[in-house]
Amino acid sequence: MAFKRNIDRLPIIPADATKHNVTCHYCIVGCGYNAYTWPVNKQGGTAPNENALGVDLSKQQPANSEAWYSPSMYNVVKQNGKDVHLVVKPDKECSVNSGLGSVRGARMAENRRSDKTGTQQQRLEEPMIWRYGTWQPTSWDDALDLVARVTARVIDKDNEDDLFVSMFDHGGSAGGYENTWGTGKLYFESMKVKHCRIHNRPAYNSEVHSTRDMGVGELNYAYEDYTMTDTIFLVGTNPLECQTNLFLNHMVPGMRNGAKVIIVDPRRTVTANACEVEAGKDNVLHLAIKTGTDVALFNTLFTYIADQGWVDKEFIANSTFQGDVAQPLDEAHPAALGSFEFALQECRTSLADGAAICGVSEADIVKAAEWIAKPKDDGSRRKCVTAYEKGIIWGNDNYRAIGTLVNIGLATGNIGREGGGVCRLGGHQEGYMRPSDAHVGRPAPYIDQLLIAGKGKVHHVWANDHYKTTLNATAFKREYNRRTNMVKDAMDARAGATREELVDAIVGAINAGGLFSVNVDIIHSQIGQAAHVILPAVESGEMNLTSMNGERRMRLVEKYMDGPGSAQPDCMIAAGMAQHLERVIREQGRSEYADQFKGYDWKSEEDAFMDGYHANTGKIVTYERLRAMGNNGVQEPVVDFQDGKLVGVKRLYADGKFDRHGREDKKALFCAGQWRGLQAAGKAAQRDNYAFLINNGRANIIWQNWFLDKGNDFVSDRFPLPFIEINPEDMAELNLKQGDLVEVYNDVGATQALVYPTPTARRKETFMVFGAPNGAQGNIVNAGVNELILPNYKHTWANIRKISDATPSTSRLSYKSQEYVAS
Amino acid sequence: MKRCDKLVEVGRRQFLRGGLATAAALPMVGLMAKDAKAATNGALLDYPSGKLANVNDLKLNEPMEVSYPDEDAPGVLLKLGKAVEGGVGPDGDIVGFTTVCPHKGFPLSYNAESRTMNCPGHYSVFDCEAGGQQTWGQATQNLPQYRLRVDDKGDIYAEGVDELLYGRLSNVL
Repeated sequence: MAFKRNIDRLPIIPADATKHNVTCHYCIVGCGYNAYTWPVNKQGGTAPNENALGVDLSKQQPANSEAWYSPSMYNVVKQNGKDVHLVVKPDKECSVNSGLGSVRGARMAENRRSDKTGTQQQRLEEPMIWRYGTWQPTSWDDALDLVARVTARVIDKDNEDDLFVSMFDHGGSAGGYENTWGTGKLYFESMKVKHCRIHNRPAYNSEVHSTRDMGVGELNYAYEDYTMTDTIFLVGTNPLECQTNLFLNHMVPGMRNGAKVIIVDPRRTVTANACEVEAGKDNVLHLAIKTGTDVALFNTLFTYIADQGWVDKEFIANSTFQGDVAQPLDEAHPAALGSFEFALQECRTSLADGAAICGVSEADIVKAAEWIAKPKDDGSRRKCVTAYEKGIIWGNDNYRAIGTLVNIGLATGNIGREGGGVCRLGGHQEGYMRPSDAHVGRPAPYIDQLLIAGKGKVHHVWANDHYKTTLNATAFKREYNRRTNMVKDAMDARAGATREELVDAIVGAINAGGLFSVNVDIIHSQIGQAAHVILPAVESGEMNLTSMNGERRMRLVEKYMDGPGSAQPDCMIAAGMAQHLERVIREQGRSEYADQFKGYDWKSEEDAFMDGYHANTGKIVTYERLRAMGNNGVQEPVVDFQDGKLVGVKRLYADGKFDRHGREDKKALFCAGQWRGLQAAGKAAQRDNYAFLINNGRANIIWQNWFLDKGNDFVSDRFPLPFIEINPEDMAELNLKQGDLVEVYNDVGATQALVYPTPTARRKETFMVFGAPNGAQGNIVNAGVNELILPNYKHTWANIRKISDATPSTSRLSYKSQEYVAS
Repeated sequence: MKRCDKLVEVGRRQFLRGGLATAAALPMVGLMAKDAKAATNGALLDYPSGKLANVNDLKLNEPMEVSYPDEDAPGVLLKLGKAVEGGVGPDGDIVGFTTVCPHKGFPLSYNAESRTMNCPGHYSVFDCEAGGQQTWGQATQNLPQYRLRVDDKGDIYAEGVDELLYGRLSNVL
C-alpha cells in the first residue's frame, strides 16, 4: 500500500501558542514558516477565539487557506525539557513563498526528532568513541580530550598540513553564519589549515570563480526580477524541483505577466513541462543541447547578439573594462579576462559551428538570441534574467561555462537592473562568515586524491558525507575504510589502556599510514561508520541560526525546540575543540601555539554570531534587530539601521560598479572562454567506451543526500532506492521492466538503482538521482576536475545490467509520467 | 491549456473538471449533513457510513462525483478495470479518493488516459492505480483514499478515509 498515516485529526493550535520565526532549512529559497508550540496537555478549539488561526475550524477551509496544516507539519517535541506540541506551517506574509510549502519544507516538523512520535530516531544524541570494538557513548569532555590529544600530536605552529578538514560552508540546515564562523575561526584563524574541503566538492574553492573574477557576485538580483522581465533564461537548472517556491511564487507570475522562457538542458524536466503549461508552448524554447556543449552555445549567442548590434553600448562603455587583456590565462585562471572586444574576438563562434557542436538548429539559436536581446518593436530594451545552477557548475569546463554565460548578461546590460540579473539559483541557503582562506591557495589542494594517496593523519569531518556525495567515491571509500580500520585495529588492540597509551597506539597507526577520523554530524552518517570519535550536532530550529537566501535575504530562525540529548551547535563544538586543544597544547609546553586557541569563551550561538558576522560586517546586525525583521528579514549587504529597521540592498550593482573581483576601477571583465570540448580528464574516453550517459542530480521529494529523508516514511515509501530514468526503447534492449534493479558500472566503479521508464528521456541518456544511501551515483563519477578542482559530476558514462526483477518494495510504486497534464 | 486563475477562488465547492464530458452530467451523490455524526469520546474518529453508489452505476474509467464524509468534502469513485490497492467490488477495481489536493486545496481533475488525479495549482500528480501515491508533486501526503465496502446488493459504502483531508483538522467536522 502507498504510505498513509491514518491520521484523521490533529490538535488545534491554541490562541496563546508561542509563535516563532522560521526560515525553511532546506533549499536556498528559504521560505518563511512559523513554528507554533504549546504545552502537551493543552489544545485549542474550533471557535475563532479559541485558536491561533482566528477562524471557525468547524468548517471546511478553502484553497490556499492559512488555517490548515498537514500531519507532516505536526509533531511532539521537547522544549526546555518539556514535551510540547509543534506545528511548523508556511507563512503567508513572507514575500519569498507567500504561504506556499514545498514537499520538503512542509515536512520540517515531521523531520524533527521526537521520542513521542518516534520520528528521526536516527539523530545522534551523545558523543561516542570507538571502544571495545564498536561505538560507546561518552561525555563531551572525554570525547573532546581524545580529539585534542590525537590532533595535537600531528599539528604544530609551523605545520598543520597533516590535519585534514572537511567542513560545510552553507547556510540553512545545520550551517549558517554562527557555525561557519565557529569552524572558520578554528581552522583559519587559530590554525591555518590548508588541507580542507567543502561539503559538496573535493577542495576548498568557489563554485563560481569566473563570475567573481569578472566582478559579478553570483547572487545579484531580487526574486521580484522574475515578475518584471521579458525573458527568463534557465541554464542547467530545474527550479520547479530544486527551488520550488522560487519557481511557483516568482517565475510563474513572471510567465503570467508575459515573460518567455528559454531552457538549456539536455534533459526534459518537469520545469520545462510546467513552463509550457503556464507560458504556452510557443513561449517556451527548450534548447536540448548535446550534454556539455554549453560554452559553444553561449559563445554563439554572444557572437550573434553582438553582430546584430543588440548590445548595451553605454553599459559596456561605462561599466566594463576598456582595453584588451586585464587578466591573462594562467594556472589560477582557466580563461583570460578582459574587454568586450577582446572576449568577442576570442569567443567568436558562427551559427553553423554552434549549431553543429550543440546539436540544435541555427534557427533555435537565433530565436534564443532574439528572446534574450533583440530590442522590442518600439525600440525599447528587452529585459532578461538569467539563472544557472549545477548543470554548468558541476558540468563541463566550469570556469569558461559560467564566464561565457555572464558575458551575455554583461553585453546586454542585464545586471543590476530591474528584470535582470545573472545568478546562480543555489542549493542550500548561504551563511558564510570565515577569516581569509587565502593560505589555502588557488588551485586549492585536491583533498580526496590526497587522502586516497595516503596523505593526512587526522581528519575532522563536519557534516560531510563523502561516501554518498563525493566523486570517485568507489576508490575513496575503499581507501578511507582501509586507513581508518588501521586505527580501529590499533584501538581494539589496546582495550583497557590509559589515555596516554591509547593516544600512542593511535599515533602509531597513523604514522603507519592509518587515518584518525572525527565526525561531527546530526546523524551517524555513512562516512561516520569509519569514525573514531562521533560528535552530535544540532540543526536549525534546535539553535538560533542566521542564513541568507538566493536573493541575499537574511533571516534569523528562532530556536523553538531542544536538540537531541546533549547535541550542540557546531559553533559551540568548534569552541570546545579549540579550548581542549589550547589546554592540551599548553600542557605540552607549547604556550605560544596554545595562545592561538584563545577567544572561544562563547556562552551561546549568539556570542559566536556577534564575534563573527556582527564584528565583521559593520556591527549593524544583531539578533534582536533581525528578530524584529521577521520572516521577510533584510537583503544583504545590510548597510544601516534606521527607524527601528535594518536597511539592506534590493539588487547589487544598481550603480553600474562591479567590485566582486576587488579591482579598484570597479569595471566588470568579460571572459575569453573558448570552447575546448569535454575538458576534464577521462570524460571523453568514458563517453566513447560506455553506452549510457548517466546524467544526475536532485529530485523534488528528496533533500540533498537523503540524510533526514532516509528516515522519513513518506519519502522512503516513494523511493526505497534511487531511481534511474531510462527511455523505454533502451529498456527493451536491456530486457528491463519498471522497478527492476540494475547495476550501473564503468571503469571507476559501480552502483545500483531502480528503473523508472521515461519516454521523454533521449535514447542512451539516463538520469539518476544523486546522493542516495543505497546507491551512490558518485561511485561511478570519475576523478576528473577542472584546473581549479571543480568536479564534473554530470558527465559520467556507464553500462547498465539487470540485477533482479522488481522487489516487493519497488514493484508497487507509481511509474507514471511525472509531468502534469491539464485535462 | 492554461490553468484558470480563478480556480483558487472555487474554495468550498469543487468539481471534477473535464475528465470526461459526461462526468458533469452524472448525478451528484452525497451524504446529507444530518448523516454525519459528531465525533465521540472514542479513541478513533467515528466516520459516517454512507451509501455512495451501486456498482452498476459505475462505468469503466469514468469518474463519478461523490462527497464524503460530508457534502463539503468532494471526492470521486472510479472503476479501473483491474484489481488495485484499496479496490473493492467483484473485480477489486473500485476505488474512491478525495478530489481536493492535499497540498493547497485545489480541485483535482481526473486524467482518464493516465488514470491519475492531476492538480492545476502546482502540477502534482497522484496515481489512482497505486493507492493514490503522489507520482510527483508538492503534497506531503499521498492522496486520501476512501475505505469502501460493497454489500450483497452491490451498494458501495464509504467507511473512513486514510489521511487527513485538506482544509479540516478533523476529517469529520
